[in-house]
Amino acid sequence: MSFFSQAWAIVRKDLVTELRGASTIVSMVLLGLLVVLVFNFGVEPGTASASLARSGVLWSAFLFSGVIAVGRSFASEKEAGCMDGLLLCPVDRGVIYLGKLIGNLILVFATGLIILLFWTAIYNVGIGGAWFGLLLLLVLATIGMSTLGTLFAAVAAGVRARDALLTVFIFPLLIPLVIGAAHMSTMLLSGKTLGEAGMWPWILVVYDVVFLAVSFMVFDFVVED
Amino acid sequence: MTTRGAESEVAGSAESLEAPTVAAAVLVRNLRKDYGHHEALRGVDLRLDPGTFLTIFGPNGAGKTTFMKVLSTLTRPTEGIVHVGGKDVVKDAPEVRKRVGVISHNTYLYAQLTGLENLEFYAGMYRVPNGRQRALSLLKRMDLFTRMDDRVGGYSRGMQQRLSVARALLHDPELLLLDEPYTGLDQHASRVLAEVLQGLRDGTRTVIMTTHNIQEGLSGCDRVAILVEGQFVYDRRVADIDTSSFQHTYFTCVHEELPEED
Amino acid sequence: MGDRKSRMDLWVNVVGTVTFVLVMAGILLALLYAPTEKTLGDSQRIFYLHMPMAWIALGPGFTVVFALSIAYLVTGKMKFDRWASASAEIGVIFTTITLLTGSLWGKQEWGVYWDWEPRLTTTLVLWFIYVGYLLLRAIAGEGPRRARLSAVYGIVGWVDVPIVFLSIWLWRTLLHPKILSARGFAMDSRMILALMVCLVAITFLYLWLLMVRARTRTLESEISGLRAQLRRRNRRGGNQ
Repeated sequence: MSFFSQAWAIVRKDLVTELRGASTIVSMVLLGLLVVLVFNFGVEPGTASASLARSGVLWSAFLFSGVIAVGRSFASEKEAGCMDGLLLCPVDRGVIYLGKLIGNLILVFATGLIILLFWTAIYNVGIGGAWFGLLLLLVLATIGMSTLGTLFAAVAAGVRARDALLTVFIFPLLIPLVIGAAHMSTMLLSGKTLGEAGMWPWILVVYDVVFLAVSFMVFDFVVED
Repeated sequence: MTTRGAESEVAGSAESLEAPTVAAAVLVRNLRKDYGHHEALRGVDLRLDPGTFLTIFGPNGAGKTTFMKVLSTLTRPTEGIVHVGGKDVVKDAPEVRKRVGVISHNTYLYAQLTGLENLEFYAGMYRVPNGRQRALSLLKRMDLFTRMDDRVGGYSRGMQQRLSVARALLHDPELLLLDEPYTGLDQHASRVLAEVLQGLRDGTRTVIMTTHNIQEGLSGCDRVAILVEGQFVYDRRVADIDTSSFQHTYFTCVHEELPEED
Repeated sequence: MGDRKSRMDLWVNVVGTVTFVLVMAGILLALLYAPTEKTLGDSQRIFYLHMPMAWIALGPGFTVVFALSIAYLVTGKMKFDRWASASAEIGVIFTTITLLTGSLWGKQEWGVYWDWEPRLTTTLVLWFIYVGYLLLRAIAGEGPRRARLSAVYGIVGWVDVPIVFLSIWLWRTLLHPKILSARGFAMDSRMILALMVCLVAITFLYLWLLMVRARTRTLESEISGLRAQLRRRNRRGGNQ
């Protein structure tokens, strides 16, 4: 088995475990939808402030459910000392990080997609030609969220911190992602394209690449004793 | 048996490290491990020939688990040299991991997966050729074949421990580390496990077991050592000692290091 | 060991004395010597505290955490971890003062305490990042594990800051292009002198606090080392 097939074995194991347990997936999707719903009560529907706020609502919901997704990624390893079992295997620590990362990418993206669809429906957002741009934003945000989320989920698992603390650890770090995604989705909905967004898409790309590299470099230190 | 005598004996076995005749299965020299200011291991020396079954006794907090964690690369030594099968646990960690199998009171099993799925997953991680065949034959050997498609969460503690033995044997390790394997098992399960472990002795596989149960620890081992306060204070071949009085020896050793608190 | 310790004490005292003189000079210059700004009035004087604090907070304070975190991961020496944590603690305090003085000044200048000014907003995000860092340390117990995990946080947090600033700056300039010039005012040469002295004084204050805090950490660690030794000796009783 190669680097990638071993990482994939971890992904498959995690997804099977997750689907049989199912509780986290359901709760993360529901939380995302609830955030979208609850924020709706704070603004007068149909007003100008409502249309400005809705992008923020979308990405807040994405962030909250995303933290649940990544927080779960090392939880399954806590029972029966499985993290040690995994570390005993003669696999590169990068394989473990990659496996956990891919699992998170899948979960965060899928949940993000559901939230996006729900949001367009209840806020009556006419996506029109913006769907491609929104999907691209979702991909970029998913990568950034999962990259740092996976790293800090391992940190949090190392100190037995709860999900609330994980939120405190990663939300400040994710701010560029939220600003960029919210700003660009507002643009997209007002009929512009990402080509007119100047540096914005690149900030997200740089963010993703930089933290992917940093996370790979430091992950060893997080898991090794 | 005085502490002083035991120490000189340990020093003697350390000296023989200088000119090894057979390649040692495990070689530990002046191993120290600190956790901040807590010194878990304070200068441990050990040389094991291939095929030896060593049992390490010691009270709680003596450093037994830390020692096992160092041998299995889960924790890095603060100081000293540790070789497994000629490979350094720090520099050649991946090579050491291929050679070591660990059974502890933690089973390292996923409750949501079936017995077979657990073994297949780990077989992939260890790159075991024909992983499925290997998993099936081990399931048969551990008497779990009929339950292999059930989720591990539904297994009894004894079954889980047997599956964890199968997991540790998947890659046919040269060195088997048994860290308190009997913890949490009822009498029946302990006896079954003892039989399973006896069945593993084939003269080539080196085994290190830690326990504080003297009965289970003495059965079938070649060598006994006592670890107290992060140091070996006793290290003998079983053939050379009177096993019936070992319990007394053990308490004397532990007692001298740890006088009763007044 | 004792020699190194007394040398450290000497340095702490030297830097402490210099800091005291500089801070006194800074106070006098900022409050008495520098002229009152024409449009903003005396409230502008908070700038002599705000700007140097912001400089330490956004610059050296957390860059030191970053550099020492890398040094710890590379060498594994606990002293780097102690100095990094000391710098983070002082950084959080300086960041807090930056935020408070910044929003007090904002109230004078803009009429509101908070106006999403890019540097101030970045400082707020920074504050959250490093409170997170200290929180992680607080729950992680003691020893190498805490040092490793917080070093990882220290590195990632520092790398994040420029991206945070860039994105906040872009976001604000696109909505309110005028904001960038709003803070400018004509600097008299006496004002520049006062500011420079305050800048040096606060830098020394940071250095001095850093040394005092790191020395405390070192002593704490020595004490717990001695405690551990004592416990072992007591347990072994008459044998030793």
